[in-house]
Amino acid sequence: MNSLVHKCCEKCSHTPATPCKDYVICRLDGPVCHEDEGCKEKRQALANEVNPAPGSGIKVVCVCAGGCTSSGSMQVLGRLKDEIQQKGLQDKFRVRQVGCHGFCEMGPIVTVEPDKTFYTQVSEDDVSDIVSALESGELVEKLLYKDPQSGSTINTYDKVPFYAAQKKLVLDKCGFIDPESINDYIAMGGYRALSKMLAGMSPQEVVDEVKTSGLRGRGGAGFPTGVKWQGALNAVRDKKYVVCNADEGDPGAFMDRSVLEGDPHSVLEGMAICGFATGSNEGYIYVRAEYPMAIKRLKIAIAEAEECGLLGDNILGSGFNFHIKIKAGAGAFVCGEGTALMTSIEGNRGMPRFKVARSTDKGLWQKPTTLNNVETFANVPIIINKGGDWYASIGTEKSKGTKIFSLTGKVNNSGLVEVPMGVALREIIFDVGGGIRDGKDFKAAQAGGPSGGCIPAEHLDLAIDYDSLGQVGAMMGSGGLVVMDETTCMVDVARFFLDFTRAESCGKCTPCREGTQRMLEILTRICQGEGRPEDLDDLERLSRVIVNTSLCGLGQSAPNPVLSTLRYFRDEYEAHIFDKRCPASVCPDLLVYTINADNCNGCGMCARSCPAGAISGEKKEPHSIDTSKCIKCDNCFQKCKFGAVEKK
Amino acid sequence: MAGCQCGSQQKTEQSMQEELNKVFEKYRGAQGSLIPVLQEAQEIYGYLPKEVMQQISKELGIPFSKTFGVATFYAQFHLKPRGRNIIRVCQGTACHVRGVARVFDQLQEKLGVQNGETTEDMKFTLETVACLGACGLAPAMMVNDDTHGRLTPEQAAKVLEQYE
Repeated sequence: MNSLVHKCCEKCSHTPATPCKDYVICRLDGPVCHEDEGCKEKRQALANEVNPAPGSGIKVVCVCAGGCTSSGSMQVLGRLKDEIQQKGLQDKFRVRQVGCHGFCEMGPIVTVEPDKTFYTQVSEDDVSDIVSALESGELVEKLLYKDPQSGSTINTYDKVPFYAAQKKLVLDKCGFIDPESINDYIAMGGYRALSKMLAGMSPQEVVDEVKTSGLRGRGGAGFPTGVKWQGALNAVRDKKYVVCNADEGDPGAFMDRSVLEGDPHSVLEGMAICGFATGSNEGYIYVRAEYPMAIKRLKIAIAEAEECGLLGDNILGSGFNFHIKIKAGAGAFVCGEGTALMTSIEGNRGMPRFKVARSTDKGLWQKPTTLNNVETFANVPIIINKGGDWYASIGTEKSKGTKIFSLTGKVNNSGLVEVPMGVALREIIFDVGGGIRDGKDFKAAQAGGPSGGCIPAEHLDLAIDYDSLGQVGAMMGSGGLVVMDETTCMVDVARFFLDFTRAESCGKCTPCREGTQRMLEILTRICQGEGRPEDLDDLERLSRVIVNTSLCGLGQSAPNPVLSTLRYFRDEYEAHIFDKRCPASVCPDLLVYTINADNCNGCGMCARSCPAGAISGEKKEPHSIDTSKCIKCDNCFQKCKFGAVEKK
Repeated sequence: MAGCQCGSQQKTEQSMQEELNKVFEKYRGAQGSLIPVLQEAQEIYGYLPKEVMQQISKELGIPFSKTFGVATFYAQFHLKPRGRNIIRVCQGTACHVRGVARVFDQLQEKLGVQNGETTEDMKFTLETVACLGACGLAPAMMVNDDTHGRLTPEQAAKVLEQYE
């Protein structure tokens, strides 16, 4: 027995073919079927290796193998394993690849458990120091987190402001367990919800529990999950499906990716619970092909769960069968829309279809289908374990639980943030996010991706939940939160989103297909300084038509970024149109580059970097730019170390 | 015929056909198999040649017009040969506000190709992608399966040097 999922001795008869109902409970609290101190100790020792108790002598070095891989964490992981092996310390110090810690800004991140030691921006060269420190029981001072605000050094992650203000329910195990090991998931209490449910709950009881919890769909629209499940349960048909929407296409959102890559079993468990509750024996996960690592880890997770008899036929002897298949998306944003997603699984172009009936009556292959998002499913085991009432105690009146946001853009601490519903936007951006980069001023936060809107500074104290975001013209969406500062042009942002929705419009409805094209043309013209006085009215009229006459959510919400920026930043549009000026100095066609002679020391850097030969000047004398030759490439502005190049 | 994407060795026409036949076997009779079959065919050939799509239509009993429609609907499918290394520059919101446009310009200039084009030596194909989900590392791009983040135009150009 070298894994919790294995037999402790020959008395254990569990296999997928001969399932034991107590299998999951037995792993941590067992053995259940027989008394044996030896077996019990073996199990406890294995569980302790995953989640070591303080003072047990075992330490686990966790290396992020999620987003941090792009800043070189896999090399750190490899070196750590090698060095610890070479020194023969592998029994005392375990090295583990884990999912995303969320604090991507500081990656690669390495933590040491159970001490909660928090090392940031670790490189391969730091590995020897970490191993020496482990041996001597010290800390590597230079790798500890320094709080930029107080300047003090913080040893453990629970004290870091970025984490201190968060409440991790869904991301609880993410960044702690090895996502490629079902052993780790079970050691942390995984599959207990499935086991508890199969041991004595009826489908209606499960649905009631989810209803009580007040859980709403985390994919964007916020439909009550329990109500959806009730619809599927009520549908009387020979076959029903469960579909997990992992087609996370919103630019600026990566929470589903992190859950799939960091804790894939929580999604599988949630889906299996949904299958039981709605009377379905088959599930699909529709995951973006752009997430190869998520697909790989899901495949491993499904295979491991099947080997343990936690997915498949007659799960834990209950007679409940549930199989999960992966469908890799092929790159179409519109497939995040429910009916388009199902059309795509069926092997067609992913175009939305008319919803004559709800998907819970006629969905995939015209059968009742429960479609939920990754984060929604990951919440389900928590609700079953702790109860709907407990879950409903978190959050606001109409939005319960926590929400994961991906906080990015011009904020100091970009990363993944899980907070209770109802937290003020200001807290997310300034407490968790550490404020705006380079000491600039906050201008707006874009919430909800291409379907959402901008929240300006006047609403910074807004308590964020589904309903409050809607009231200010934004939406929860999947939870992307892109922070913008004074150097972000809101017209350019609106143009950016329109460019996106225009490209991703499936082309079925004319208002969306043609309307987004026309809107983009107008916005592009405005950004180029050729805006006309009637453009703003035209934009509003086109928006109204698209919203009112498109079939699916993509079209109906496509004009939102324009409408919300028009609502809060109309003056910026007007500056572009009437004054031919970009207040944020972003739109190249409206900028004039000059050199401020007071700041220029004549180093010549700008002149050398200018591809158009527009900059001239004597050595050590202030230079000047010939605006007729300037192609506005921004090279000189980027290269000048003295702030002498100005653009207005 | 383009080489396989892993860049190891050139596959012969015959071995690719054999692999494709195995794919047909695997999905025979399965519902909704057009997209996975196209995906696996593209894995084998590196792109979707017309003859391969015609074969797929025949094997699955689907009109060629539908196969073509599906192949051109999704961004993932390519009807032209692609380079040995695929560069996908993220166009997400976070990357946009952190200046990915300059990174993309630099790559276009360095490689001498536009969005969606392949260099003459078949070394690189330059593409954009809506969002890589690596927003914490913006601006970001992917080369094959490796994500590279926190790029400056100069760094992006340098990253390419490690690819053959």
